[in-house]
Amino acid sequence: MKTTKLLMSMVIATTLFFVGCKPNDAAIQAAIQAKEAAGITVAVAKGEVTLTGEVDDEATKAKAEEIAKAEKGVKAVINNLTVKPADVPVVIAEDSALIKNVADATKDFPTVKAEVKDGVILLTGEIKKASLITLMQHLSALKPKKIDNKLTVK
Amino acid sequence: MALADKYKTLTDAATAAGIADLAVREQDGILYIDGTAADGATKDHLWEVYNQIDPNFTSGDLVLNVNVAIDAAVTHAKVITESSNLNIRKGPGTDQPIVGKAAHGEVITLVNRSNDLWWLVRTNDGEEGYCYAQYLEAQA
Repeated sequence: MKTTKLLMSMVIATTLFFVGCKPNDAAIQAAIQAKEAAGITVAVAKGEVTLTGEVDDEATKAKAEEIAKAEKGVKAVINNLTVKPADVPVVIAEDSALIKNVADATKDFPTVKAEVKDGVILLTGEIKKASLITLMQHLSALKPKKIDNKLTVK
Repeated sequence: MALADKYKTLTDAATAAGIADLAVREQDGILYIDGTAADGATKDHLWEVYNQIDPNFTSGDLVLNVNVAIDAAVTHAKVITESSNLNIRKGPGTDQPIVGKAAHGEVITLVNRSNDLWWLVRTNDGEEGYCYAQYLEAQA
């Protein structure tokens, strides 16, 4: 009887010992997921954590990995997070360059008058419908802030 | 982001057409779309979509800057003026003296494309100078 009890308690103790030291994958997953920022998906298999999703910057990506590594029972972290490409800033040409380039671009459109001020190209006069797209394509390549089209389309 | 909605058909078309380095952002009430198209037809298609959304481009709330990608190996270009000859100038600018002309439809040699707007070319007669790049179509 005594031996049985002793054995039983040993089994329980052993079980508790293992459970305590090796949290299962689901528990690890839940614990890490709760700490990670939105947009990060956490998957755990045999103590190996895989992070997926898209984050704003490298710092966030590194932080997410640290959080996962700090969790008890984690053996390894595979960081598959991607960093969102930063928006390419809008480039607007200087007026001096723009004035010259607009003059070049509109040279073949004698009925079109173009003025440049603070990056804005103001178009007045008239144009044939067929030529309008060509003119707009030429002007859009010059990096203006805006094309203010007041042309009369014939 | 009302502008992004207004031009959604266009940005969707750009994505569908596989425009490289596509960047779409709104700044001070104007939407800027930049990118590189694989060919001239793709670029023209986007402009048609733009024209459908904003007939005759009168809204002034979009700058569509889509260029056509050119293979570095390309050495010749066709003159795509409407009908007239294309001026070849001493330097890059219409203020530069004209040193020669290339006929409409003529295929000429590309020497240097380091300037986006003005390409250095050489005609079959050996005249060398700068042409307005918008009137040249790179030959594959």
